[in-house]
Amino acid sequence: MQRLNREAMAARVAKDIPEGAYVNLGIGLPTMVANFLPKEKDVFLQSENGLLGMGPAPADEDVDWDLINAGKQPVTLLAGGAYFHHGDSFAMMRGGHIDICVLGAFQVSVRGDLANWHTGAPDAIPAVGGAMDLAIGAKQVFVMMDLLTKTGESKLVETCTYPLTGLACVSRVYTDLAVFEVGPNGARVIEMVEGLTLDGLRELTMVPLEAA
Amino acid sequence: MINKIVTSMKEAVADLKDGASIMISGFGDAGSPHELIEAVIEHGATDLTIISNNAGAGENGIAALIKANRVRKVICSFPRQAASHHFDARYRAGEIELELVPQGNLAARIQAAGAGLGAIFTPTGYGTLLAEGKETREIDGRNYVLEYPIHADFALIKALSGDRWGNLVYRKVARNFGPIMAMAAKTTIVQVSEVVELGTLDPECIVTPGIFVNRLVRTAPQRAAIAA
Repeated sequence: MQRLNREAMAARVAKDIPEGAYVNLGIGLPTMVANFLPKEKDVFLQSENGLLGMGPAPADEDVDWDLINAGKQPVTLLAGGAYFHHGDSFAMMRGGHIDICVLGAFQVSVRGDLANWHTGAPDAIPAVGGAMDLAIGAKQVFVMMDLLTKTGESKLVETCTYPLTGLACVSRVYTDLAVFEVGPNGARVIEMVEGLTLDGLRELTMVPLEAA
Repeated sequence: MINKIVTSMKEAVADLKDGASIMISGFGDAGSPHELIEAVIEHGATDLTIISNNAGAGENGIAALIKANRVRKVICSFPRQAASHHFDARYRAGEIELELVPQGNLAARIQAAGAGLGAIFTPTGYGTLLAEGKETREIDGRNYVLEYPIHADFALIKALSGDRWGNLVYRKVARNFGPIMAMAAKTTIVQVSEVVELGTLDPECIVTPGIFVNRLVRTAPQRAAIAA
């Protein structure tokens, strides 16, 4: 059984983003999805700090610290891109104008609850940023994560044990071992890596799974 | 003749008081009014409540204000950053209070204050720790949390250009919280890289109309040259 690496996971998510979609890519792994969107198709990337039509990282000599993404890394603006203030930026999310957002997660439940902002550790300094707004605002929330923790526990769970970011908000989960649809009817397996069976996946995750 | 331009950073912040609440624009360093914050540190006001997206990183801006021990409380969405050591230390020592607000709720609560609304119902945060103990309501089949406006005594904002009536334009994503904070504070103080003659800014492109601005001050030219 061959796990997907990060690039292959990003490419897999990119395949499900149609031309014309307004998309927000979360900090970290989801940012990589941008590298796999076909150049000839118009996909509109939104960044919560106030830009639409976000382009790739600039050459070193073109770095402008007034043009950064939500991860505070330098980016560029495509022709046709626009700047706006924070009120408008979050109206784009909360108002249901963003078609897809891709987020990382600590845990996702089979019903689509998301936990991705806080480990719940008592000594942790909490920080939430735009995660809760994206989770409940975008029309579709895709999660991108390894299926298992380093110690082998499933991050797809029946009930999240980490503090929640949003309730019943995730529609798809892209992992290194399988792609799932989650929601009111539970989790369904859309595809698996070669060599993995539905029963094998059930054993790994310990959650009820149906074939899509 | 109305002229909102003052000649020094010191004069711009002269009426700050201990215990004041201050909104500070910026998302990371982009749009952070570092020079005005330096003037606040020199002014000496303390026991401040800071409303901003972050709680400072590195040694400048809000981080410097926290390092100087002037901040009692921070209302923000994302305090923890790679270089937020000054906030982290005070927070862990129990010397600074944190009100953590999801970023969109922070923006919406600031907008509610600026627009004169008594409260808002927002779907963000429903069912999470950050909505615990708050009133909720189901409206048209969706669940919302009641959140109150965030007002402030002062807003400190960075913009690109302004005129003597206080009209402003911003630069790229340094705009972020500037336009909405300008509307929500009793006194809005803006640092600009350039001051232009009245009528120079295209009325179709003015982002913050002067009605929301009380004072402008130009940053030193060498700084302006870097920012432009």
